[in-house]
Amino acid sequence: MNRPFFMRKLVNALMLSLCGVCALVSVSVLFIILGYLLWNGGRFLTWTFLTRLPTPVGEPGGGMANAIVGSGKVLLLAALTGVPVGFVGGIYLAEFGGRVFPFLVRYTADLLNGVPSIVMGIFAYTVVVLPMHHFSTLAGGLALGAMLIPIVLRSTEEFLRAVPQSLREGALALGASKSRAIATVVIPAGFQGIATGILLALARVAGETAPLIFTSANNRFWSRGWNQPTATLPVMIWTYASSAYEDWHRQAWAAGLILLMLVLVANAGARLILARRTSVAR
Amino acid sequence: MATPPLVIDQLHAAGRGGRVRAFIERLRSGDEIAHLITLVFAASIFLLTVLLVYELYVNCALPRHKFGWGFFFSRTWDPVFENFGALPFIYGTVVTSLVALLIAVPMGVGAAIFLAELAPPHLSDALTFVIELLAAVPSVIFGVLGIFVLVPILRSQVEPFLKATLGFLPFFQGPIYGIGYLAASVVLAIMIVPFVLSISREVLLAVPREEREAALALGATRWEATWKVVVPYARAGIFGSVCLALARALGETMAVTMVIGNEPKISASLFAPGYSMAAVIANEFAEATGDLHVQALIELGLVLFVLTMIINALARLLILLTTKQGTAHP
Repeated sequence: MNRPFFMRKLVNALMLSLCGVCALVSVSVLFIILGYLLWNGGRFLTWTFLTRLPTPVGEPGGGMANAIVGSGKVLLLAALTGVPVGFVGGIYLAEFGGRVFPFLVRYTADLLNGVPSIVMGIFAYTVVVLPMHHFSTLAGGLALGAMLIPIVLRSTEEFLRAVPQSLREGALALGASKSRAIATVVIPAGFQGIATGILLALARVAGETAPLIFTSANNRFWSRGWNQPTATLPVMIWTYASSAYEDWHRQAWAAGLILLMLVLVANAGARLILARRTSVAR
Repeated sequence: MATPPLVIDQLHAAGRGGRVRAFIERLRSGDEIAHLITLVFAASIFLLTVLLVYELYVNCALPRHKFGWGFFFSRTWDPVFENFGALPFIYGTVVTSLVALLIAVPMGVGAAIFLAELAPPHLSDALTFVIELLAAVPSVIFGVLGIFVLVPILRSQVEPFLKATLGFLPFFQGPIYGIGYLAASVVLAIMIVPFVLSISREVLLAVPREEREAALALGATRWEATWKVVVPYARAGIFGSVCLALARALGETMAVTMVIGNEPKISASLFAPGYSMAAVIANEFAEATGDLHVQALIELGLVLFVLTMIINALARLLILLTTKQGTAHP
């Protein structure tokens, strides 16, 4: 340490405060986003917006009721396809399985989790839209479902692993078979965690736009049936925000506020439940 | 497990035939069936991955045969005359992701150092919570804010300033539009900071306490201990987090599509409008008419997939190695 002590203290103070500034800036981004959406979206959010169909450009009073319902339908399909696969697969990773195979499954799941969502959209397009020759709610649901699988798989495994070993041993000592012990003791013990993990996963895919653009596509009216294209909130926001019309911009802000609130409330709620649960366990 | 010891003894005594009976016994109690069913579901993830690669590969046969490797080096993208080259998109994707890393890595690592080394645990946890929420914000929302908030600021304030001060560099020349590579890079940077931050924080926290204490005991300042001891110790994990963020940036679609300008051109200037692989897929896929057009877009998707797979695989390995290393020496 041949530099003068004063210089070292100065560098120390400078760099540490720079780190603090970095943290402050990173954190404030969320509040800036929230502020803008509340201000710009809140002004245009009306009851008709939630309950009416979109109107042609220039006609006032348009809403996004079909997009809200469409998002719900796509998410429901995604949950029905993705959650069971991820959940049961997660049970295997946590309860059965040896050493090498589960590692491979886990690694593949992590890689699949990192695949760009638009690629998942192309996948659903080639598997569902090409054979059916038209866009459909089903294709959008499957695209999001495929994205759900690795996320639910990993979170289910994690929460099952957090269940104390003594509970399993207790069940086995009472004469239960392994599968019975898992079904009646281990899964109920980890259920809250697993459920919040699923909620987090759903919140994540709920905001996805890219996989839906050319699977469930868009629809200006109510979607009739599962094999018809449907409007969804994220795709509507994209279409409206990239358009040239002031009125559509306002609606994009309002729809953005709804989407952001749904995602953030689900996310924050799940994380708070998890945090409280672990603190009780401690 | 369900069978009482007495039965097991009998089965052992029965020899080979007993093993079969033990298997049947376990089958009856459901263990083998449960094992098999859960195994199939877990293995379905391989099936999904293989199917994904297969579908992407098979469905881009036309452009692969017509353009070969030239696809990656051609600058023309002309749907009307069915002439497709990916270079402008690859360029746009790579440039925006790298510039985003330039902004996001110092920011994220700096903030991670603050959260892991300086902030009191309660504050650190609260801020991490906020950062995790930020990571959950849908990308289309970033796009909306990009178009309506960031682009006007860039156009009227930041880009004229950069042009005036750093205008001698080729990156900061030419007309100012607002939308373009720089806007896309900034939005991407904001989106990937949470990834760099939360993983870097984790690997920094996994650095054994003794490392810090030894450095401090030797008379290092807090910053010196962090920068010369803790960060080097965690560098593989930090690099892993950077790779993970890079993979995110490469595949990010909506926010980029909304602010990059969507022009398949290659320009040195960051102010110029460009295009990225994910953006062109998002914009043209639904309206593509010819088979060749659709398949060229699918080939771009395949490139994107392979690229992110490789980078992710590297990142996961690095993170796995460091977090294990850190906890191995408590």
